[in-house]
Amino acid sequence: MSVLVIAEHNNLSLNAVTGSVIRAAGLIDPEIHVLVAGTGCEAVAAAAGQYQGVTKVLLADNPVYEHQLPETLTGLLLSISDDYAAILAAATTSGKNLLPRIAALLDVGQISDIVGVHSANTFVRPIYAGNALATVESSDSIKIITVRTSAFDEAGKGEGSVLIEPLDQVITQDKSQFFSENLSTSERPELAGAAIVVSGGRGLGSAENFQLLEKLADKLGAAVGASRAAVDAGYVGNDLQVGQTGKIVAPDLYIAVGISGAIQHLAGMKDSKVIVAINNDADAPIFQVADYGLVADLFQVLPELEALL
Amino acid sequence: MGIIIALNFNIIRIYKNSYFYFRKPLKLSSMKILVPIKRVVDANIKVRVAADNTGVDLNNVKMSMNPFCEIAVEEAVRLKEQGLATEVIAVTIGEEKSQEQLRTAMALGADRSIWIEQSGPVEPLAIAKLLQAVVEKEAPDLVILGKQSIDGDNNQVGQMLAALCDMPQGTFAFKLMIEDGRAIVSREVDGGEQVVSLALPAVVTTDLRLNEPRYAKLPDIMKAKKKPVEHMTPEALGVVVKSSLKTLSVSEPAGRSAGVLVSSAQELVEKLRNEAKVLP
Repeated sequence: MSVLVIAEHNNLSLNAVTGSVIRAAGLIDPEIHVLVAGTGCEAVAAAAGQYQGVTKVLLADNPVYEHQLPETLTGLLLSISDDYAAILAAATTSGKNLLPRIAALLDVGQISDIVGVHSANTFVRPIYAGNALATVESSDSIKIITVRTSAFDEAGKGEGSVLIEPLDQVITQDKSQFFSENLSTSERPELAGAAIVVSGGRGLGSAENFQLLEKLADKLGAAVGASRAAVDAGYVGNDLQVGQTGKIVAPDLYIAVGISGAIQHLAGMKDSKVIVAINNDADAPIFQVADYGLVADLFQVLPELEALL
Repeated sequence: MGIIIALNFNIIRIYKNSYFYFRKPLKLSSMKILVPIKRVVDANIKVRVAADNTGVDLNNVKMSMNPFCEIAVEEAVRLKEQGLATEVIAVTIGEEKSQEQLRTAMALGADRSIWIEQSGPVEPLAIAKLLQAVVEKEAPDLVILGKQSIDGDNNQVGQMLAALCDMPQGTFAFKLMIEDGRAIVSREVDGGEQVVSLALPAVVTTDLRLNEPRYAKLPDIMKAKKKPVEHMTPEALGVVVKSSLKTLSVSEPAGRSAGVLVSSAQELVEKLRNEAKVLP
């Protein structure tokens, strides 16, 4: 039986994390369908069809799906779920918002944030802020799964030429209404999937000082991240928060500047391939996970690094 | 309908004669809020995997209210203090010791609580079904709960409960307002922020920045000992607790080899370039 991947997108373009979900889905069943629900999202559907393993794209293109409200999408998903052995989405705020509703109405459990697939019913997922990994076996008739995309490489390109099937169901509801949104626009790479992340913590001291970090990030073509403390203090927006309940990243290089390394922050970045820590406190827990540590004043080091790169 | 007991009979007379007596009470000022909470390993503790890989070692480990649940209790109590709610009910599912967290919730301002007795781990869908039964019994206007518990990190219960009760949901809330009988929920999403408007009754799940919870004061802790805890069982609620996810094993994540300290920015760049080979 085939599996369904719910595309992560903003109506204009397909988010690359969908490729990682497709990779994970392929480990459950080689035949993958992708659902694209939105408004004016034909380009997203075309992009979804490019991935290896995708045999069909379901396109629900209608104004009611513009903001992808879970109350609306649940109805749509329930109308097509019969055909699938599993439904997967990225463990993004969209995926996390939607999938449990579907699971509950199908009367099955959900397996959240998987980092490994052992078989069509056995998965690995982090618990206790990633301090333990649980291997779990689901006996549900349909598996509802969110995928930690930092744990799966993007699927490769397929042969192309995939059937795009329009879905005509228009599901409406009026209990939840979209009111407004305020999304950050940045030229920099997104945290999810960036090869290099430069991340700042309370040590930066102010929003202006974060610009020092941003200069370094731009030199490296890196994404910018932050600890909870930096976001709480208002130095940067919440979209940059890396941690147990923020974004989970696993870049090739993670540079933690002025970050002490609380358990909850480590949960979001400890799978990075190389970790660098710059902090003037030699006892900061971050040094226990760092491959390279520099105990120094970040205000001195940041300009030096920028000059060297 | 809210019943107000006034000691001053003049007020009752005015109330009876006024327009307000005949008008249906505004839902705004008589909201009942249900706050599901969970007892978990304290957030400051780094858990260790048990030697036999069956689970995590919880022997003698400090237990506390899940941090996101504390935020939920705080938000509900603030709504009461603002005059938007008249009753806050805490509910938890667990063994006898879970009552400690209910006492804490009542010390923080919950009026009464419900303990659903169930031993062992309970999966999110089962939790949602038990809470659904409580929702049907109590008919709250708002259910506020943590977005996830820091042990399972599932982030499912709130959404499942909302679906089962056919309620709208406002997840990852960093701001909550009640206006014209609707919940206006500002949410933290991956790209920034989103605001949704929800008809009541609704489910809201809390994110870190919704509020900063208060500490329970000693007099309130003492008073909480006298507040009611209703004991319930899944059977009494008509719910069969089922499980569909079996834990085969629990292991430690791959360790990292020890790192080195460098003495300068120059040395750092040199090592990243030539040794780790991660610089472009």
